[in-house]
Amino acid sequence: MIRLDKVSKQFRTGVFALSDISFEVEKGEFVFLVGPTGSGKTTIFRLLTREALPTTGEVVVDNWDVVKLPNNKISHLRKKIGVVFQDLKLLMDRTIFENIILPLEVSGIDSIIATKIVEEIMKKVGILPHKDKFPIQLSGGELQRAAIARALTLEPDILLADEPTGNLDSATAMEIVKLLSEINKKGTTVIMATHNEDAVKALSKRVISLNNGILTGGNEKKPKPHLEHSEKKSAIIDVKDKKSEDEDF
Amino acid sequence: MKTFKTTWRNIRRSPYQAFAAVLVMTLTFLFISFFTFLLFGSAKAISYFESRPQVTAFFRNEVKQADIDNLKNELNATGKVASLKFVSKQDALKIYREQNKNDPLLLELVTADILPASLEISAVKIENLSEINNQLLNSPLVSEVVFQKDVVSVLTSWTNALRTIGLGLIIVLSLVSVFIMVIIIGVKISQKKEDIGIMKLIGAGDWYIRTPFIFEGIYYGVIGAILGWIISAGALWYATPFLSSFLKGMPIFPIPLIFFFGLLGAEIITAVILGTLSSFLAVLRYLK
Repeated sequence: MIRLDKVSKQFRTGVFALSDISFEVEKGEFVFLVGPTGSGKTTIFRLLTREALPTTGEVVVDNWDVVKLPNNKISHLRKKIGVVFQDLKLLMDRTIFENIILPLEVSGIDSIIATKIVEEIMKKVGILPHKDKFPIQLSGGELQRAAIARALTLEPDILLADEPTGNLDSATAMEIVKLLSEINKKGTTVIMATHNEDAVKALSKRVISLNNGILTGGNEKKPKPHLEHSEKKSAIIDVKDKKSEDEDF
Repeated sequence: MKTFKTTWRNIRRSPYQAFAAVLVMTLTFLFISFFTFLLFGSAKAISYFESRPQVTAFFRNEVKQADIDNLKNELNATGKVASLKFVSKQDALKIYREQNKNDPLLLELVTADILPASLEISAVKIENLSEINNQLLNSPLVSEVVFQKDVVSVLTSWTNALRTIGLGLIIVLSLVSVFIMVIIIGVKISQKKEDIGIMKLIGAGDWYIRTPFIFEGIYYGVIGAILGWIISAGALWYATPFLSSFLKGMPIFPIPLIFFFGLLGAEIITAVILGTLSSFLAVLRYLK
């Protein structure tokens, strides 16, 4: 589903955001992307959505070579990937409903059908009572749910969640993680970038860890079902090991 | 429908910029309307003067009717004469009496014998007047030629100058309004840069983002054209009684309704072109 092959990203300043990163994510998998601030988690998301291009290497999303993707196909790629941005990127002058319906409008879906879809998703993530409010009127957790709802409206095959629990208290954070897990159970591939150790522990999913743009663990493929428990364990151990290596995580 | 809603929201949320854009367009179309009225009026005035006798040839007393008929035939044969009217001595007396009916002293002194017969001639084109004038002056039958070339030629040259200056000003004003619209829409695009970035990230194509801005330009143009037309047509309607008495005799007023609505249609088409052009330039410039 997702493959990064020897990907490096160097900024104009000469700093490497990513160095020789390779990993694969299978269809329907839930993967945590962990690492300290500046480790390259968001850069990976930006490469996957063609917000940025790698300096070297290959990025493949659902059989689409993202690097070679012509400009007029970028919007098609982005409709396949739902993204919960770190800063949420909600439009402040639009209501929550208007924000969530936006991807459907962009895709030219009939407004009656779109309204129905949005109301269902809002109900599912628990923000339907806030549909006519503006982002400024909602709490952090509610905004996070709104961002998740917007990312889900087009029923994407892939959901990228960049620090979705970043500014939330632990109870709300766990609710968000649970929500993402439920979305994953319905078949959506989820990659969640996080600092939240509790979230990683709670779900026991595969963990890809990064440090200073270098992959430090988790680049193995999805574990087979019968090995899942031990693999999960190793993934958590990997995170724990990572923590001991890097205090920032 | 959604695009129209987005366009309307963009306009509503930055009313001062929208007002500035509409004002510039109104000014341009106000000028275009007034200029068109002026051209229409002057064209009517020229055709009025052209239809009036422009050359009057007064015959010598001894001239016979057969010679006058020959001269008429010669003039008609040139193909440059639009109309010929022979005014006999008796007709001339009638005209004289009508003109001086309030002055019995003048009426007593004049008889048909002392008034010359004349020929009133209108040319097909004003440029032909000199030629007709020369032909008449060379004729032994004619004692005097009154030639009104100056009035018409002055009017024609004024109209030509007006047309050139007006067209020049329309081009300049149109360019100014296009550039101001590019700036206004560009500012709006810059203000919404973050929103545009978000929309692109969630899969909006270029045209999804561009179309509302292009509609916005067309909207400003069309509203400006309608307002400009309403103001100019209203002003002309208000001034019609004064202008009709001032331009007494000239068949300019009332201006036909078809002309007004034709002008409105042409202005709306021009507004759509100007609006599309300016918003398209802004979109290309600011939405790379």
